[in-house]
Amino acid sequence: MSSDSTVTSTVTSTATSTATSTRSTPADLTAAPHLLQVDDLVMNFPVRGGGLFRRTVGQVQAVSGVSFSVDAGETLGIVGESGCGKSTTGRAVLQLHKPTSGSVTFEGTELTTLSPAQMRPHRRDLQIVFQDPYASLNPKLPVNDIIAEPLKVHGEWGRRSGPERVAELLRLVGLNPEHGNRFPHEFSGGQRQRIGIARALALEPKMLVLDEPVSALDVSVQAGVVNLLEDLQQRMNLGYLFIAHDLSIVRHISDRVAVMYLGRIVEIAPRDRLYSYGKHPYTRALLSAAPVADPVKERRRERITLHGDVPSPLNPPSGCRFRTRCWKAADICASETPPLAEVAPGHKVACHFPEDGATGF
Amino acid sequence: MRPTKESATVSTSQASGVVGEVVPPPLDPTTEILRVEDLTVRFPTDDGMVHAVRGVSYALHPREVLGIVGESGSGKSVSSMAVMGLLPRSAKIGGRVLFRGDDVLRMRPDQQRSLRGRKIGMIFQDAMTALNPVLSIGAQLVEAVRSHEHISHTAALLRAQEMLDLVGIPQAKDRLRSYPHEFSGGMRQRAMIAMAVINRPDVIFADEPTTALDVTVQAQILDTLLAVKDEVDAAIVFITHDLGVIASVADRVLVMYAGKPVETAGVDEIFAEPRMPYTAGLLGSMPTVDLIGERLRPIQGTPPSLINLPTGCPFRPRCPIAIDVCASAEPPLLETDRRGHTAACHRWEDVAGYDDATSMFRVEKGQTVGLVAEDTEDVELPEVRPEELGRDGGTTAGGPA
Repeated sequence: MSSDSTVTSTVTSTATSTATSTRSTPADLTAAPHLLQVDDLVMNFPVRGGGLFRRTVGQVQAVSGVSFSVDAGETLGIVGESGCGKSTTGRAVLQLHKPTSGSVTFEGTELTTLSPAQMRPHRRDLQIVFQDPYASLNPKLPVNDIIAEPLKVHGEWGRRSGPERVAELLRLVGLNPEHGNRFPHEFSGGQRQRIGIARALALEPKMLVLDEPVSALDVSVQAGVVNLLEDLQQRMNLGYLFIAHDLSIVRHISDRVAVMYLGRIVEIAPRDRLYSYGKHPYTRALLSAAPVADPVKERRRERITLHGDVPSPLNPPSGCRFRTRCWKAADICASETPPLAEVAPGHKVACHFPEDGATGF
Repeated sequence: MRPTKESATVSTSQASGVVGEVVPPPLDPTTEILRVEDLTVRFPTDDGMVHAVRGVSYALHPREVLGIVGESGSGKSVSSMAVMGLLPRSAKIGGRVLFRGDDVLRMRPDQQRSLRGRKIGMIFQDAMTALNPVLSIGAQLVEAVRSHEHISHTAALLRAQEMLDLVGIPQAKDRLRSYPHEFSGGMRQRAMIAMAVINRPDVIFADEPTTALDVTVQAQILDTLLAVKDEVDAAIVFITHDLGVIASVADRVLVMYAGKPVETAGVDEIFAEPRMPYTAGLLGSMPTVDLIGERLRPIQGTPPSLINLPTGCPFRPRCPIAIDVCASAEPPLLETDRRGHTAACHRWEDVAGYDDATSMFRVEKGQTVGLVAEDTEDVELPEVRPEELGRDGGTTAGGPA
């Protein structure tokens, strides 16, 4: 990845080259432990009653003790089904939700204790691309203004950058700068997602949280955006936290993958290791359920069918949260929470009875 | 490896309006339950006539699963809505829809109604909006039975219970009293399947039935749907954009683009040996094991506007192997080198010449970023022309810029 550092500078225009020169190079980052380090992150949302005092009657335990790290130039994929806490994790990393407890360290700075004003300078390095390209762009602003907004908010507009920077960003994501005076509704879904990416890149961040960035798009368009994200990462040495439910896309883009179930990471491993030798029963079930675009393989593979639904995060099961749907569950699974333990270098599993052998995915 | 332009065989003489050749010959026409012939649907709008469906033909045989794939706006849902008679009155529908020999489109509304829900079952994507929120599941199932059959409420309720059992809803008897909001997404989808098959239909139209569901639930629902189909002896028209789902459920596949079928074949053949560049492009866009470490192979550009369709092949502006004739004549859907495998492409023989047809959409690393001169590096653009890349960025939703 360090070889890409030279490419990074070619992308930035002359207008912003002064800004780049003051930034740390990837060589410095290798000295630091990780670009992003998340430790034991907990995110509970209170559920309030309907009475006069709106007392808290429960806690939705959206994220319950999640730890991971992301390096520069690396993609960590987070997969899981709806309600597993993957998007909440992404937002808590950006401090869009203030975490209940735990720590989020970005380039060595603890973010959870910062005030909003103190957080602001860090936001330029840590940006997000949302799922819905229809809802995440202001319909009343022309695209030029949408992309210029972060530059204005951070006081760069007119000093270090101007319209030429916006044009450059549009070109960067494969859009014609001449169309910058158009409004979001004049663009297709894939083009809008490119606008969202251009906006996220305006301040030359070091890391992007990508929350289901392609799931609203048609397959052929989706592929183009995935390619763009990969190329941008290579050029700018960006760290990606790629959140998605589509296992095939996550496999394609990620270096490492974390599987979440009901607020916890049940397994995390290098990409190929997870897809070929995932050990957690939930990982196995997820892989076996994901449709593969190959009818011959589809007929051959054995499918693990899970029964029932995901329990409510208001009152999650004791011990291992997957035990209510797990075919291997025993008494110990209810009484003891399995720790996320390392079974191979970089491969951690939280299960009392991990599976062996190949997944067949 | 890349076929030359000279080798392209073009049959311009056949290029005008060939219909009804879609049905694969080995299937016996006497057992057909549904036959759609040259179905067209047009919607008048302020901007002009939208040609949503431009000639769809297929035949359906008992117990068969026909997968219809296409991206948004390809007409896959509209054509099925037209068959079911569910389009608004403003829609102008042409062609024939023969259900066991009778033309559904020319039936009286009451005849159509008696077919719909009894002989033709329907499953939609969003169960929450398809089910009535103020009626219990039991009441809705009973209504579905009794609007087509004169049987007692008790008998209908008993059948409702059997059906909930069949689709795998536990404690079916108690669940009859539940309301849709008390069910989870997967359970609601099961309830909708129960409703679709309660009158033992001959055909089930399933329009993106699992798109809103998580993968583990999707697997359950697909299993249930296929099991129930065999139980009631129905055929399924399965509409989806997800090629993975198609691979797991379909026997035959019909690929739609710009309101028309562009390729039909058995499921194995369409995945292994596509004969139409659009199908190849769809396959190349899927992140499969083979493409790990490589760039995906997306189709450049966007589908054409259905108001002002370009002349010739509607896929031409996005096609990496288009030639002159593609601009002048729209290729008809004709049988290729394989029995029952049809494609609408002037160059299907050249597509067949590729070892891996998706390779015509190949992009190299670094190519998707930026169109600025200094960013193009030294990588050549082998198959994709720069103006096509520009089209992706330049074409707006309203049509060609």
